[in-house]
Amino acid sequence: MIANQQLITVKGTRDGLILKVDDHCAYQDVLNELKEKLSVNDLIEDDRLITVNLQLGNRYVTREQKDELKEVVRKSQNLVVGKVESNVITKEEAADWKKHAQVKPLVKVVRSGQVINVEGDLLLIGDVNPGGKIMASGNIFVMGSLRGIAHAGMEGDSHAVIAASFMQPTQLRIGDAISRAPDQDAEGVYMECGYLEKGKDKILIDRLQEVIKKRPDISSFERRMFNG
Amino acid sequence: MGEAIVVTSGKGGVGKTTTTANIGTALALLGKKVCLIDTDIGLRNLDVVMGLENRIIFDLVDVVQERVKTRQALVPDKRFDCLQLLPAAQTSDKSEVTPEAMKRIVAELKQEFDYILIDCPAGIEQGYKNAVAGADKAIVVTNPEKSSVRDADRIIGLLEQEDIEPPKLIVNRIRHHMVESGDMLDVDEIVSVLSIDLLGVVADDDEVIKASNSGEPVALHPNTKSSLAYRNIARRILGESVPLLSFEEKKGFMTKVKKFFGMRP
Ligand SMILES: Nc1ncnc2c1ncn2[C@@H]1O[C@H](COP(=O)(O)OP(=O)(O)OP(=O)(O)O)[C@@H](O)[C@H]1O
Ligand SMILES: [Mg+2]
Repeated sequence: MIANQQLITVKGTRDGLILKVDDHCAYQDVLNELKEKLSVNDLIEDDRLITVNLQLGNRYVTREQKDELKEVVRKSQNLVVGKVESNVITKEEAADWKKHAQVKPLVKVVRSGQVINVEGDLLLIGDVNPGGKIMASGNIFVMGSLRGIAHAGMEGDSHAVIAASFMQPTQLRIGDAISRAPDQDAEGVYMECGYLEKGKDKILIDRLQEVIKKRPDISSFERRMFNG
Repeated sequence: MGEAIVVTSGKGGVGKTTTTANIGTALALLGKKVCLIDTDIGLRNLDVVMGLENRIIFDLVDVVQERVKTRQALVPDKRFDCLQLLPAAQTSDKSEVTPEAMKRIVAELKQEFDYILIDCPAGIEQGYKNAVAGADKAIVVTNPEKSSVRDADRIIGLLEQEDIEPPKLIVNRIRHHMVESGDMLDVDEIVSVLSIDLLGVVADDDEVIKASNSGEPVALHPNTKSSLAYRNIARRILGESVPLLSFEEKKGFMTKVKKFFGMRP
């Protein structure tokens, strides 16, 4: 190892620190230098929490390595981990993204007692009747009446949305959030969309056009690219 | 070769037996050879509604267990030679009938009759499976009540998995004053949720109950509204296009208005 060459360059921004990691050297060297860099306390001037984003360039790291890096950051006071970004993913991960990025079209009336579960986005052409349930790991689009239960972002994606031509659901679920219909007979609404507002766990319903504005990255592939 | 139609609903007490008896009678009135099968083992009452209880000698379970020939168990109707009933057993257990046995019996009856109407028990278990086994078509009966529509939806979902034609819907026991006041689901609403073809609408009618109690299906009465509704249904089964009676489809003006203004919260 060439002793005085910097493997990690630190850049301060308004949103925290960006650590640019050299992508040619060995992983162990990165780890060592990271520990060293973060142990130097002059990085930190006051008690504010600082977000650290790691940019790994074209370096591939395994999940365990990623966790290890995060752990090192977390160990030093005042630092929280933001994103750990790498330009490379494995074929497996890419295949997984693709699977989840697909829109699965389905022509069907989902009746009471029936359950549909898809990976990726669900485009249902037909109704979901009361007692019926549709689930997707991504978004849900219903070209028809949604009167049953819809669960988008099954695997925890809180960015997922649920849109329907006619919205009169018994329950909406996005990620871990659940909202149910009011107890009084509620009239349904046309062309609306349910989504989770950032930082809250309450599902809001708004006109489709409004929600689209809040979710420019509605395609789950793009969403993954930017949010991992 | 005739066709077998199962009359089912999911929920109990919505009028499957009444519907079976009346459509059967109406088809017989139109000169068709009809056999009714009661598959509600242990709770039979198609025979009572038809007024044939005292003529039963053998029943469905006897036929299934091949103690008698199918012919021997058939009970001829009092009024029509072309109408016969294969009654359910009152004392046996429903596990004594199997889907395979039903297929065999229905196939045999189809050789001789134009229509086999199968009265299905409530529920979605063994009895339902037996009743559906031999059927080519299905009629789903519902009342204009949420719970009944929900169960009809469930049954339609199950029927769609069977090798039969898409089921047709009968809405039974409509009360027009309640629909008009917005207190009862209207037929359009029900049809739009269930999204299957409507075969007919039968009003809630005291005459139906009176007729059942006297063992004379109301379809025999010349001009009560429910009788007319059943006879129209029979004609639609034969392939005629009979428009819905005006009282069958009348919808409250207020509900329309409410729907229109209620679009947004
Ligand atoms: N159109 C109608 N108007 C008034 N009463 C009706 C009507 N249809 C059915 N009924 C009454 O409702 C009751 C239940 O009807 P029925 O026995 O035909 O239902 P079912 O679906 O066969 O019930 P089960 O599930 O127990 O077999 C009976 O008392 C019958 O007379
Ligand atoms: Mg019955």
